[in-house]
Amino acid sequence: MYNFDFEKPSTIADAVSALGTEDAQALGGGQTLLPTMKQRLASPSKLVSLKGIAEMQGICTGDDGALCIGGATTHADVAAGAGAYAGLAGLAAGIGDPAVRARGTIGGSLANNDPAACYPAGALASGATIVTNAREIAADDYFQGMFTTALEEGEIITEVRFPVPEASNYQKFEQPASRFALVGVFVAKYADGVRVAVTGASEDGVFRWSEAEAALSGNFSADAVADMAPSADGLISDLHGSAAYRAHLVSVLTRRAVAAAN
Amino acid sequence: MPKDSGIGASPKRREDVRFLSGTGNYTDDIQVNGQAYVHFLRSDIAHAKIIGINLDAASAMPGVIKIFTGADFEGVGGIPCGWQVTDRHGEPMQEPAHPVLAQGKVRYVGDQIAAVVAETLEQARDAAEAIEVDLEELPAVVDMKAALAEGATKVHDDLTSNLCYDWGFVEENKPAVDAAFEAAAHVTTLELRNNRLVANPMEPRVAIGDFNRATGESTLYTTSQNPHVIRLLMGAFVLGIPEHKLRVVAPDVGGGFGTKIFHYAEEAFCTFAAKALNRAVKWTSTRSEAFISDAHGRDHVTKIELALDADNNFTALRTDTYANMGAYLSTFAPSVPTWLHGTLMAGNYKTPLIYVNVKAVFTNTVPVDAYRGAGRPEATYQLERVIDKAARELGVDPIALRRQNFITEFPYATPVAVEYDTGDYHGTMDALEKMADLSGFETRRKESEARGKLRGFGVNCYIEACGIAPSNLVGQLGARAGLYESATVRVNATGGIVVMTGSHSHGQGHETSFPQVIAEMIGIDESMVEIEHGDTANTPMGMGTYGSRSIAVGGSAMVRATEKIIAKAKKIAAHLMEAAEADIELKDGAFSVAGTDKSVAWGDVTLAAYVPHNYPLEDIEPGLEETAFYDPANFTYPSGAYACEVEVDPDTGKVTIEAFNAADDFGNIINPMIVDGQVHGGIGQGIGQALLENAAYDENGQLLSASYMDYAMPRASDVPFYGVDHSSQTPCTHNPLGVKGCGEAGAIGSPPAVVNAVVDALRSGGHDIHHIDMPVSPSRVWQAMNG
Repeated sequence: MYNFDFEKPSTIADAVSALGTEDAQALGGGQTLLPTMKQRLASPSKLVSLKGIAEMQGICTGDDGALCIGGATTHADVAAGAGAYAGLAGLAAGIGDPAVRARGTIGGSLANNDPAACYPAGALASGATIVTNAREIAADDYFQGMFTTALEEGEIITEVRFPVPEASNYQKFEQPASRFALVGVFVAKYADGVRVAVTGASEDGVFRWSEAEAALSGNFSADAVADMAPSADGLISDLHGSAAYRAHLVSVLTRRAVAAAN
Repeated sequence: MPKDSGIGASPKRREDVRFLSGTGNYTDDIQVNGQAYVHFLRSDIAHAKIIGINLDAASAMPGVIKIFTGADFEGVGGIPCGWQVTDRHGEPMQEPAHPVLAQGKVRYVGDQIAAVVAETLEQARDAAEAIEVDLEELPAVVDMKAALAEGATKVHDDLTSNLCYDWGFVEENKPAVDAAFEAAAHVTTLELRNNRLVANPMEPRVAIGDFNRATGESTLYTTSQNPHVIRLLMGAFVLGIPEHKLRVVAPDVGGGFGTKIFHYAEEAFCTFAAKALNRAVKWTSTRSEAFISDAHGRDHVTKIELALDADNNFTALRTDTYANMGAYLSTFAPSVPTWLHGTLMAGNYKTPLIYVNVKAVFTNTVPVDAYRGAGRPEATYQLERVIDKAARELGVDPIALRRQNFITEFPYATPVAVEYDTGDYHGTMDALEKMADLSGFETRRKESEARGKLRGFGVNCYIEACGIAPSNLVGQLGARAGLYESATVRVNATGGIVVMTGSHSHGQGHETSFPQVIAEMIGIDESMVEIEHGDTANTPMGMGTYGSRSIAVGGSAMVRATEKIIAKAKKIAAHLMEAAEADIELKDGAFSVAGTDKSVAWGDVTLAAYVPHNYPLEDIEPGLEETAFYDPANFTYPSGAYACEVEVDPDTGKVTIEAFNAADDFGNIINPMIVDGQVHGGIGQGIGQALLENAAYDENGQLLSASYMDYAMPRASDVPFYGVDHSSQTPCTHNPLGVKGCGEAGAIGSPPAVVNAVVDALRSGGHDIHHIDMPVSPSRVWQAMNG
């Protein structure tokens, strides 16, 4: 690890100001950033911890009924406190291990946008709104490829708003070593249609499987997607599975998620 | 009624109190006054010529004391290999030089280019980044068969090829074996890979070199399974330090699994640099470094053929194996695919004719050497897989086919040059069938099928050869070391005992089990006995711990030394009681005169030995301390039968282990609880190999699974509660305790059971599958089902 400065502001405004330094970086739970720094693969000049910002903590229900989760809320807190959105609480409860869940935050996960992380699937399938210090970004516009998002330099995710679906479920098939999603599928059924988001599988990061969405919006049952699988083109092939295997898993996990949601 | 002390009792492991309470003393806990830190700059290219190394900027960095390169080690010895294999033509193996720091070329990702010694570790790392290395990349040699092709790039330019040796065993048997295959009623052939593994002990390696200018003595603190071997190899072959000027200390060691047997360049470097700089120099491996610098295990590619007659008797076995040596020969690497592998190919079966061919190959990968089981798992895996395949091809029950071919008469001389002293293979199989509830399997399979899952049952047997010996035989086989063990038993004046053993405990529980033996022999409480090990300054020359040898060889040395103690103590007791020595009996810690009520306590005798006022000084010396060196007459041969039951999810290919049962014959057992634990750990590692672990290289020689993000270790949720039975005991005939050793059995016996079970499950689902290479990962199972 290289030397760096450290700040722990207590307001969003102070955090934004602190992030104005060149090569400063926001620190959520540090579950990805700190190991990367220990490997000397990242060298921020300054870390700005978001853990001390009270207004970024916790879960509440918005006027429109959406579940609003502060950007610095840990996975463990979402697992315990997002009962109004069982599919999302279940997703949070299955991230990493207890130590990761006790430190890692929803804002950190979405800002990092690891192509095998769980939260991107939850946010995209929910049509969530990513609220930052500067603006509100629709999930469909937010995810822009592996480790790439719509966030500008120094922009902080302060809150994530999830419309609560009628039915939902997240199915994760774990990569055997890292226990990240080899493939993860989040299915959410809303009054105006079904959204299906897939993580772990694509070279472009989290994506919506529109073909399945169309089929499920007409008939929300596993049978509706029984013979359907996404194209293997553009899916990841690595030590742990070929693109064809991942495409197959997307199909299996989508059926399981629908069955579990019903 | 179980015993509560002595041999056969299960006292809790006394060493665990310090291990579990954070009060152990591991090498990294040792802080030598004024120590500096070294960071090794390692190659990130698998194969390259070193054109130049510019240290100017790096040397000027804050805190840098000195940066060493290969040039600093010209005239210094290289890392030696401890075993020379003679090939099938009678020629010695090709043995490349192995410099402490790379000279001329780098040969694997992880090879040391330079070593930066600085005041702090961070300063050393900073400076290492400022070293300018000019490398000319060469084609990487990764695939073993390609490495042996005509015109292949050579890993070592001064060798004739990438072939280390072409070994035939037993070469004279080859024509008869080939003839038996011609005459066979059935031949089963299987090609497989025994996957490369990274040992991953919980404690990474650490080395601290120290030099005492006043006495001229060097000290190396290191994470080793055998400090005396390190002292001998490093002192005699690398640095030219006589043993009386070199002390090697291996304190508490957090797991070894073989990878801490070997003498590594980092140890020699720290010892060398400490003298050169007159500063202690410390190196602590990071986990990332461990993946590319600890010797790897396994990595065999094998074709095995089994010949059977019309009555399904095994008539011949023939194998053709390529064994990866990596870029350099690690300490015992050449012995693993040969004498620890070929000699085991008979397994538990009376196959009359066997021929084993092994080609050992240099590649641009991390050196490969012994890993828990070392050669024996490779032998067992291929043999037990091909037998299972034969049973399916012939439509016979896999257990019945094995039983039909079991060796039943002992001693049994195999056609691969070893003689099994004892065993009861039907006995362990009987115990296994009962424990595994084989008769209930079909019901369980139907239950699984009702849930959409495929269930499979896999069984296998294993034979192990532990306590490699005797020394004069292994010398003929190419070992450059003896394989005896030593113990000094020091009885103190007030009766307490310290045993200084050449064995080394790095998780095996010697501090608990060894005292049980002495307590039983003398009849005193185990708490009166302490075990010291791991420091060449206060233990007799010993060979350390590996190959499940500690209780069989080290324990025997301790018994021999204790017998000498008891013999002398009886003389003292006879004098004290004015009786004839022949009439003295020792029981429950007291000496008595047979047929009388005269008695003296153990403590009276030990006190007399050190306060010899009333003592036969004209006949015997004062004091009570004896040393024994024990060199066994033969290997020991634990054996067993293992069964695994799996469920396969046909939708995803995921395998879950539903049950695992192990019936072992370890001969006599000192501490059943510790034996259970050894078997549990071994099975866990075997399941890891079978389902999860895979050290995979890409075609450029980059290790793809170089961290826990991609190298899958077994976790608690991956393994079931094990059934373990060691009631079938045929004691070893040639050591005083009748023990056989248990450390590696679990890792040897479990991988074939897992794979046999997976194949069984898939075949029950109508898939015509004969084999899936390990690790049997979800994607590989799915590929097999859908390929």
